[in-house]
Amino acid sequence: MSLIRLDTICRSYEMGVETVHALRGVSMSIERGEYVAIMGPSGSGKSTLMNVLGCLDTPTTGSYELNGHSVGEMDDDELADIRNREIGFVFQTFNLLARSTALRNVELPLIYAGMDLDERREVALAALQSVGLGDRVLHRPNEMSGGQRQRVAIARALVNQPSLLLADEPTGNLDTRTGNEILELFDNLYASGHTLLVVTHEEAVARRSRRIIRIRDGLIASDERLP
Amino acid sequence: MNVLDETMEGARIAWDAIRANKLRSVLTTVGVVIGIVTVSLMATALEQLDRSFRDAISFLGTDVLYVDQREWFIDSDRRWEQAGKRSKITLLQARALERDLGMVRGVAPTVTANIDSARHAGRSSGSVMLIGTTEQFLTTGGNTLAVGRFMTKAEADGSRDVCVIGFDIAEKLFPGESPLGQILHLGERTATVIGVFTKRGTVFGQMSLDSQVIIPIGKIIREFRWDPSCTIQVKVGDTARIETAKEEVRGLMRKIRRIAPGRPDDFAINQQEQLVGQFGKVSAVIATCGFFITGLSLFVGGIGIMNIMFVSVAERTREIGIRKAIGARRRTILFQFLLEAAAICLLGGLLALGFVTAAIAIARQYIPGITLSISVVILALGVALVTGIVSGFLPAWRASRLSPVEALRQE
Repeated sequence: MSLIRLDTICRSYEMGVETVHALRGVSMSIERGEYVAIMGPSGSGKSTLMNVLGCLDTPTTGSYELNGHSVGEMDDDELADIRNREIGFVFQTFNLLARSTALRNVELPLIYAGMDLDERREVALAALQSVGLGDRVLHRPNEMSGGQRQRVAIARALVNQPSLLLADEPTGNLDTRTGNEILELFDNLYASGHTLLVVTHEEAVARRSRRIIRIRDGLIASDERLP
Repeated sequence: MNVLDETMEGARIAWDAIRANKLRSVLTTVGVVIGIVTVSLMATALEQLDRSFRDAISFLGTDVLYVDQREWFIDSDRRWEQAGKRSKITLLQARALERDLGMVRGVAPTVTANIDSARHAGRSSGSVMLIGTTEQFLTTGGNTLAVGRFMTKAEADGSRDVCVIGFDIAEKLFPGESPLGQILHLGERTATVIGVFTKRGTVFGQMSLDSQVIIPIGKIIREFRWDPSCTIQVKVGDTARIETAKEEVRGLMRKIRRIAPGRPDDFAINQQEQLVGQFGKVSAVIATCGFFITGLSLFVGGIGIMNIMFVSVAERTREIGIRKAIGARRRTILFQFLLEAAAICLLGGLLALGFVTAAIAIARQYIPGITLSISVVILALGVALVTGIVSGFLPAWRASRLSPVEALRQE
């Protein structure tokens, strides 16, 4: 069974009197262990698609199944639980809590999952070590470089062992060298069996994946598998 | 997510938020501080009032019944007149009650008379309250003797010319000498002093318990008041049994006074409780007015909290988005902001208690014995907590309903 199955997903917004159709019937499926890039110019509906895939938003019509869960009919709290268990987010602007240490940032999903203190500390430390930040656990985001912050974000995304890692322009705020380090980390995650979905507008970033889905005007324009 | 972790996490966030905006948090609490200060001072004043009142009426004794012609509190003129027409309670009736009543500590009939002066060796005391009673009065009245002894049963029954005097009279008439064995002139009559009561102070700053003179009841009826109505003091000795005792006294008195079945009582059984009840009505009015005013200041404080919480939610919209994205439920966000509002208010409550402690320390110089009681502290912190939760609810609720997409979009 596919990890992700989208069936004619539509998403429209009311903007004043106008209705904006951001997605006009997107259907696709993604298997476990795939490394997929989603590309498209701004206004293409790529962000909306990412929000739907990340269970941050629900489709107006169409059905979305994630890891066997039918997401379309869920209420806010159920969606929060799904995000907590099934999805790890990596954002362009890192989105760490500024006043909390790296360790506390990584612990947060575990707190929401209800894990107790000792276990949580251990798991969070292991996650930080796995992204090479074992010596930075008590630093706050403003004491770290951009690359380090993004590693903390990746550690936070992975700490709950989600079925899907969803990255939105993960290298957008990083210089080329640091961006490459993050992409290497993604390569390793792919190699170890994680499912990765990267939203980007950079061709070079997309080329690191194994499948590129291009979005245009709220529809899939192409779905290309790389060798 | 378990409750303890949720609380810990919420408390930590609240503390971080308050620390990050120290000045703002302190300014916000000012309104709450004023509210809590007024609540605490109000409650302390009421407590003090209540304590003074209870102290003042403690001479009546919580376990003493006063069988009297009239009720202490009569709420209509008509009933007051009717009560005045009742037949007197005679000494014989009092004796009969004393004889038939079992299971009480003491029964003492009393008759009072005011005389212009008590005199000794050219010194005069001014107006004095004479109380004629029996040897049982020592038990029922709760007096203790400073020196000498109380009258004996033989002296009471024989209506001897003996008296026990209050502390003030002893001081005034017998300065520097022992009053025991001395002759005291009571109006036209005399009595030998056999004892002096310990100092007891005044009731409501007026009626002094220390300028009384106690003489045998036979003597007062013979020499000072002809055909009086007695008040019979019944010391039950156990507050738990007071209601049973009251019924027993009532039954006996009806029998003694030959009241036909179905006719109402023509006597009253009074007790301290009635005074407490009357005072309760007064203090309830004071409390209602006071707490209405303090409620207003708390309301203003609460609005301040609500305002600042809206600001806090607006500033931290992105944080809310992040938390929601990684799995925070609505309830978690709601709880987080409620806790923050509650924490700010509790902080205000603690600050207020600091001021109140200082205020009470100053007040103690003028009102001895005034203290900040634990119940006032609990009340103050409780009110602070409730103010925080009530005024934080709307902002917190709004935060909890934010859509994660919208929230994350915020810069």
